[in-house]
Amino acid sequence: MTEGVARFWREIPHRYRLLGSKCDSCGRVFFPPRVLCPECRRKGNISRVALSGKGKIYSYTIVKDGANGFERQVPYVIALIKLEEGPLVAGQIVDCSPDEVEVGKPVELVFRRVSEDGEEGIIYYGYKFRLAEEEN
Amino acid sequence: MRRVYVVGVGMTKFGELWERSFRDLFVEAGIRAIEDAGVDGKEIEALYIGNMSAGLLVKQEHVASLIADHSGLASLHIPATRVEGGDASGALALVQGFSSIASGMYDVVVVGGVEKMSDVMAEKASEVLATTLDQEWEAFFGMTYASAYALMAKRHMHEFGTTEEQMALVSVKNHSNGSKNPMAHFRFEVSLEKVLSSPIVSYPIKLLESHAVSDGASALVLCSEKKAKEFESPVEISGIGQASDYIALHDRDNIVSMASTIEASKRAYEMSGVKPEEVDVAEVHDCFTISEIIAIEDLGFFKKGKGGQATEDGDTEIGGKVAINTSGGLKARGHAPGATGIAQVCEIVLQLRGEAEKRQVDNAEIGLTHNLGGSGGTCVVSILRRRR
Repeated sequence: MTEGVARFWREIPHRYRLLGSKCDSCGRVFFPPRVLCPECRRKGNISRVALSGKGKIYSYTIVKDGANGFERQVPYVIALIKLEEGPLVAGQIVDCSPDEVEVGKPVELVFRRVSEDGEEGIIYYGYKFRLAEEEN
Repeated sequence: MRRVYVVGVGMTKFGELWERSFRDLFVEAGIRAIEDAGVDGKEIEALYIGNMSAGLLVKQEHVASLIADHSGLASLHIPATRVEGGDASGALALVQGFSSIASGMYDVVVVGGVEKMSDVMAEKASEVLATTLDQEWEAFFGMTYASAYALMAKRHMHEFGTTEEQMALVSVKNHSNGSKNPMAHFRFEVSLEKVLSSPIVSYPIKLLESHAVSDGASALVLCSEKKAKEFESPVEISGIGQASDYIALHDRDNIVSMASTIEASKRAYEMSGVKPEEVDVAEVHDCFTISEIIAIEDLGFFKKGKGGQATEDGDTEIGGKVAINTSGGLKARGHAPGATGIAQVCEIVLQLRGEAEKRQVDNAEIGLTHNLGGSGGTCVVSILRRRR
């Protein structure tokens, strides 16, 4: 165990429930949340907003040379998801073969184990995505 | 603002340099630059060092002091500063050195960069490169440095029809150039088939489309116009631009171009009065092959979406429309993150002096460098001209 726990629990609302933020001045939605709107800056007015977790695949990659702590998950899919509310979010796509993943396919959020701080450290949880039914 | 010139260049060979330590590397490059310029150590008024991650890679911070000390400058007590901007750290040192001369503060400074990657295991080196991404919202979920660029590559393929063959041809070209560069990490050619059949790192990026992980150092002697008159073949830094952008891909309007490259190059072009079509030779940040394709579009050499086709048409080869990465680029010359941005300037200076030997671009007069930090959260573009 090498890392402090606070660094991870402070992100629980965002990583467990996809709580983002919104600028009430310009209407732009942010995920991960921001304390300052990059368009309105001091004229902005930021509030919290819960996101649906539904979106479409904007781009993806199939990782064969995994990051440290992810070696046992390879091959895994990392994607950018265009959420219904506007922002892009980075995350894994799971519960499917990487061959099924395509740009434009709809996905929905699932709550999963992400990785852990070695064998004795804490386990990190957060969102991932899975392919969803096409909406007509 | 005063004009700024490069009067000395020096670098180590890039590669896995097991016998040499972090400090040895910089001293070697620094001495070569000083000898190339023919300046005396006592004339150096300040030192700026680009270094990405000595803390994580060799467990050493406070590296500017260390480097000044072991370069024999401790008794002169000159100001020595380390700057960091991921793998754009070297170019950030160039910006600092440039500003200090342009402002009139100094007449002679040394700028350089250094990185020692091979003192840690390969997995650790990859993890360190991924620290240039957003740790909390990209790397946390398993994104690697390669997969950030793979996301750009897949989207570029989706929007413009860029092919895996076109991307692979960037590597074929850069290996061909690198095979002619005695300082290159990888001095061998690769075939298109070999690149395409190399192991996938992060689809669609393959191993032979990925930068070399190199040890290396590079250094320049910069000086003012008044001082430059004392030297044989000064090269002017006629424009320089630095820009930042959203660090994470998910916060950008699109991922098929880099706003930091567009803004940094606009500033450099405006300062120098040079147009993209006037550039003869450029060193661009090809950490992965897609990165070169995106860069040559954003720098204005080719239309957006046409970088792959231009590569296929041979427009980026030596003898083509604009010679890209004559050194071999990050792919073959190598990528020693802190040293890369300065090594790019070394190559352009050699080209403009006509000293690039077997990889020389005929009658090169105007050159450009393009150095990125991480996935494009930082960019520096410089434009260099042969003094008439």
